[in-house]
Amino acid sequence: MITALLVMIFLAILLGLVLGYSAIKFKVDGDPMVARIDAILPQTQCGQCGYPGCKPYATAIAKGEADINQCPPGGDAGAKALAELMGMEFKPVNEKHGVQKPKSVALIDESTCIGCTLCIQACPVDAILGAAKQMHTIIASECTGCELCLPPCPVDCITMEPVLENSESWKWKYPIYNIQKAQKA
Amino acid sequence: MQLKNIFKFNGGVHPDENKIASTRLPIAKLAIPKKLVLPLRQHVGHVAKVKVKPGDQVFKGQIIAEADGNISAAIHAPTSGRILKISEEILPHPSGLPDFCITLEADFKDTWIEKKPIPWKKIEKTQLIETLSQSGIVGLGGAVFPTHMKLKTNQKQTIHTLVINAAECEPFITCDDMLMRERADEIIRGSLIAQTILGAEKCVIGIEDNKIEAYEALKKAAQKTTVEITVVPTLYPSGDAKRLIYLLMGIEVPKEKRSVDLGIQVFNVATVAAIYRYLEFGEPSISRIVTITGAVKTPQNYEVLFGTPLSELIKAAGGSSNKQKKFIMGGPMMGFDLPSIDVPVTKAMNCVIESSPELFPTPKPVMPCIRCARCADACPVNLQPQELYWFSKSSQLEKAREYNLFDCIECGCCTYVCPSNIPLVQFYRYAKSEIIAQDKSKEAANTARERNEFRLARLEREKKERAERHAQKALGAQDKQAEDDKKSTIAAAMERVKQNQQENIKN
Ligand code: SF4
Ligand code: SF4
Ligand code: SF4
Ligand code: SF4
Repeated sequence: MITALLVMIFLAILLGLVLGYSAIKFKVDGDPMVARIDAILPQTQCGQCGYPGCKPYATAIAKGEADINQCPPGGDAGAKALAELMGMEFKPVNEKHGVQKPKSVALIDESTCIGCTLCIQACPVDAILGAAKQMHTIIASECTGCELCLPPCPVDCITMEPVLENSESWKWKYPIYNIQKAQKA
Repeated sequence: MQLKNIFKFNGGVHPDENKIASTRLPIAKLAIPKKLVLPLRQHVGHVAKVKVKPGDQVFKGQIIAEADGNISAAIHAPTSGRILKISEEILPHPSGLPDFCITLEADFKDTWIEKKPIPWKKIEKTQLIETLSQSGIVGLGGAVFPTHMKLKTNQKQTIHTLVINAAECEPFITCDDMLMRERADEIIRGSLIAQTILGAEKCVIGIEDNKIEAYEALKKAAQKTTVEITVVPTLYPSGDAKRLIYLLMGIEVPKEKRSVDLGIQVFNVATVAAIYRYLEFGEPSISRIVTITGAVKTPQNYEVLFGTPLSELIKAAGGSSNKQKKFIMGGPMMGFDLPSIDVPVTKAMNCVIESSPELFPTPKPVMPCIRCARCADACPVNLQPQELYWFSKSSQLEKAREYNLFDCIECGCCTYVCPSNIPLVQFYRYAKSEIIAQDKSKEAANTARERNEFRLARLEREKKERAERHAQKALGAQDKQAEDDKKSTIAAAMERVKQNQQENIKN
C-alpha cells in the first residue's frame, strides 16, 4: 500500500517536472493562432480591413474582435481559408471594405516626381527608393500593390499598373468542355 | 536484335506509331532563311543575356547572348549576318505570349567565326565544364536543361552509369531515329566523351525495338568500344528517363530523388552528338534535327538552324494540304497546339505535326468518370489518375499535391485509355501551374511580411532614438542651466570680492 502510494507520488513529481520543464523549454512565442491567420492573409498591408496591416487584423480575428471577411486583396478564396481555419461559416468579402482587384504594382512617372519622399514614408514594405529632391523609383518585385503611396503624392505622379501575364507567369487554364450524359441502355 | 534482361515497368500504352512516313527520306538541310528569330528563353533556367545590339555584324557561331549564371545557356548566331532588332515575338509555347528575341538578318555568306576545337582530354574538368557552358547545348530530347550542369559531378555525387536515351517512344517523332541511322558515329563518340567527363564506369544506350536500322547503325559504330546497346520493347513511355532506367537496370528511382542521386545520368542521343561536335570541331549548338510530319505532303526530317521561321519548314515539306492549318509541337501524347506558324524553330522543337481530321479526329464527347481505374492501370508512375482528376477538377489543390500530382510526367497514358474520353492531363497541367503560382504568391507574401516587420522595427527604433535624443537634449539643457547658475554665482562672488577690494583700496 505504502509502496504503491510512494510510486504514485514519485511519478506525479517526475511528470510534473517534465511538464514544467517542457513548458519553459518549448515555449512558443506569441499567439500561434495569430501566426496561422497571418499566414493566410495576403500581406498586401493595405489597411482596407480597417486595421493598420495584416498582422493587426490577424490579431483582431484571433481575439474575435473582427470578422473574417474584411480583406479584399485576399478575396473570397482567402475568406474561405480563414473560415476553414477558424471553423466558421464562409461568407464572401464584405464590399464595404473594397473589392478584389487584379494584382497591380505602383509606377512613378519619373519626369513628374519632385522628390518629396512622402510616398516613401507611406510604403509599408519599403518598396520605394529615392532621397530628398531626387527622383523616386518603385522596386516592382517588392511592391504589394497596396495603393497607400497614391494619396500622399502632391503631384499625382504614381499610377497602378496591372501585372500582365508573361510567358513565365502564364498558367494552363481550367479545361472547359461539356460533359455528356451516359446513354441509357 | 534481341531483348535481354528487361525489367518491365507498370502501365504504358501502345499508341499508333505513325513513324514510317517521316523516315523514308534522309535528313535534309533546310536552306538559310532571310531572317532568324532567336528567343532568349529556349532553355530551362535564367534567360540569356544579350551581347549584341541592332546593327552589329555577327559571324556564324558567334555568341549573341551569353549564359546568365550556371543554369542558363548561351545563344549563338546560326549564320552570319546583321542584328536587326531585339524585340518581343511570339514563341512556340502553349501560351502564345510574346517574349524577347534577337532578330538576325542573314547575309547568305554563312561565314564561320574561327572554330576552336577543344582538347578536352587535356583540359582540367572544371575548366572543361566552364567551356561547355559557352556551347549553348541543352537537352535536345525536349527537356532543354543546360547540359554542362548535368556533366558536373562532385565528391558526394559520383556517376557510375551513363544512360543514353535512344528510346524515342512518342508517336510520329523520328528525329533521333534518323540521327542514329545517319550519324551513329557522332553519337557513340559523344557518349564516350560524356562517359569520360562524368567518370562513369558504364555507358548503356537504350533503344526501342521498332528502330532496327538505327540499332544496326549504332551497333556498327560501337564496335570495339565499351558502349553497350540494350534493346527495350516498344511501349510508350519507355523514353521517360526514370522508366528507361528501370527498363535497363531494374533500378527504381524513388520519388523526390533524381537519378543522379543514385549515380545514374541520362542524356539524349542528339545531346551527346552535339557535345561531340562542340568539343571536336568547336561547333556550338546552332541547329537541330526536326521532324515535320502529319498531313504535310512530304513528311521528312530536316536539319534546321535555330531561329528559322516554322513556316519555312512547313513550306519545304510541301506546304499544308488542308485548310485547317493546325500544328502540334512535340508528339500527339505530350505535345501542344502551336499558337501560330509564325514562330521560330527553337532548341526544344523536336517535331511538328500538321493536324488533320483524319489523323486527329475531333475528340469524342466527354462523359463522367465511371471509376473503372483503367487510367490507374495505364499510369507508368503508379499514380491514381482518377483521384488526381477529381481533386484537380474541384480545385482541391492541396489534396492533389498530397496524391503526388507533381510526380505525374504528363505522359497522357491515362487520357489515352480513359473510356469516358476525359482530357485528364489538361486537368493536371491546370492544377500544377495553379499550385506553382500559389506557391510563388505565398513566397511573395512572406517577403512582404518580412519587409513590413523590418520597417515596423525600423520605425520603432527610430522613434526610440528620437525620444532618446530629446531626453538627452532636455538633460543637456538642465546641465547647462546648473552650470550657468554656478557660473553666475562665481561671477557674483568675484564681483563682490572685487568691490570689496576696491572699497578697501578707497578706504
Ligand atoms: S485588407 Fe488584407 S491585405 Fe490589406 S492590410 Fe488588411 S489583411 Fe492585409
Ligand atoms: S510602392 Fe506604393 S503600392 Fe507598392 S507597396 Fe509601396 S506603397 Fe504600396
Ligand atoms: S479511366 Fe477515365 S473513367 Fe476510368 S477511372 Fe480513369 S478517369 Fe475514370
Ligand atoms: S499523365 Fe500522369 S497520371 Fe496520367 S498516366 Fe501519365 S503519369 Fe500517370
